[in-house]
Amino acid sequence: MNETHHHVTLTVNGVVREATVPGRRLLSDCLRHDLGLTGTHVGCEHGVCGACTVLLDGEPVRSCLTFAVTVDGQEITTVEGLARDGALSPVQRAFTECHALQCGFCTPGFLCTVTAFLRDNPAPTEEEALEAVAGNLCRCTGYQNILKAVHRAAQMQATQIQAEEGGA
Amino acid sequence: MKPPPFDYRRPATLGEALGLLAEAGSGGKVLAGGQSLIPLLNMRLAAPARVVDVNRVPGLDGIEAGPSGVRVGALARHAAVERSPGAAAAQPLLRQALRLVAHPVIRNRGTVVGSLVHADPAAEMPAVLALLGGSVRLASRGGEREVPAAAFFTGPMESAVRPGELAVSAFFPALPARSGTAFHEVARRHGDYAVAGVAAAVTLDEDLRIAAARVACVSVGPVPVVADVTAACGPRPAASVAWDAVAAAVRDLVEPEGDIHATADYRRHLTGVLAVRALRDAASAAHGEES
Repeated sequence: MNETHHHVTLTVNGVVREATVPGRRLLSDCLRHDLGLTGTHVGCEHGVCGACTVLLDGEPVRSCLTFAVTVDGQEITTVEGLARDGALSPVQRAFTECHALQCGFCTPGFLCTVTAFLRDNPAPTEEEALEAVAGNLCRCTGYQNILKAVHRAAQMQATQIQAEEGGA
Repeated sequence: MKPPPFDYRRPATLGEALGLLAEAGSGGKVLAGGQSLIPLLNMRLAAPARVVDVNRVPGLDGIEAGPSGVRVGALARHAAVERSPGAAAAQPLLRQALRLVAHPVIRNRGTVVGSLVHADPAAEMPAVLALLGGSVRLASRGGEREVPAAAFFTGPMESAVRPGELAVSAFFPALPARSGTAFHEVARRHGDYAVAGVAAAVTLDEDLRIAAARVACVSVGPVPVVADVTAACGPRPAASVAWDAVAAAVRDLVEPEGDIHATADYRRHLTGVLAVRALRDAASAAHGEES
């Protein structure tokens, strides 16, 4: 079968990127292979592990369960886009501080998921934080430090917002 | 793995979508949220000749809630329906059930109508539609038809959708006054498909006795198993119902199969327990509505 290719334009981490892909190209593969952004990891490739989670127009989605052509023209944020001006985001710093990663394979998915979660729910309960990360698998940490990091990131963001408001 | 090749089409109108599906016949597959279809493609369990991506078709993402119920369009994501205050007010069972569908990240993309068409007997949405006696609207080049839930689910992963048809919306009816609903399930891990689960709807009479009680059970048959348990429950107030007898009645109605996750007997036991929990919660919710 001679596959038809489609031209897609994605805004990835604020940068307009273009690629020519077959209809079956998964967004995860488009990011990694066509655009060279290998921060997004591919674990199970059927939506179970959450390693490939990216933000699509701000909402976390599985990039392995999305075709690149379907999201033509939309905005994607990958783990590479979370840091600002070379400084790690509060969620990234909290993961470092709380030792919330070991091998790091699952981490990009966790970071994207938690970033969106804390944006929508800046002060989560223990239960809510647990539910938020329940869709991502980590085989190293046992999750306890990841949960600590979620709460630590929430604290850091609150402090940062207070400081910004105080300074303004 | 990666999906097999297919002819990808992204129609801009409903008419164009229906034309592409008609042309493709049984080789055509509709892509909306993709949270069931794309895993099947990735695992190469499905190899459609043509995939018709309806994500750019305007007018399919509606969530219309009114006194008679909620009509959910083909592109309404689980998350959007879950968050809709109108939908929750008109039919609270939607939100109760949607919280049990996979994980929030999957619900951001997956669609309610897609879950219905996928017709997994372990899934929540088919049970909700079956319990409420809702319907699915199917469009094709020849016109539209509205298929009631009882005729829509025809077997495991099989629905009444014919080649060339697109499920454009589903209707979840509201319940009469003094009604309540609940959904309880047991899964091996949070967000997994349920080992067993029960949706319940209870309506009370003016003296707050149970006047109608129905359950829909998941993972215990080829399609959602709907049972009317009014005779076992009523007409008595919830506090004086012989719940053990209700559990036994529900256990007798289901024919579960065993697999690596649970034996048939365990599924049957769980279904009885969950039915009582769901019915009692539904009765309390109906009480709450009254007071």
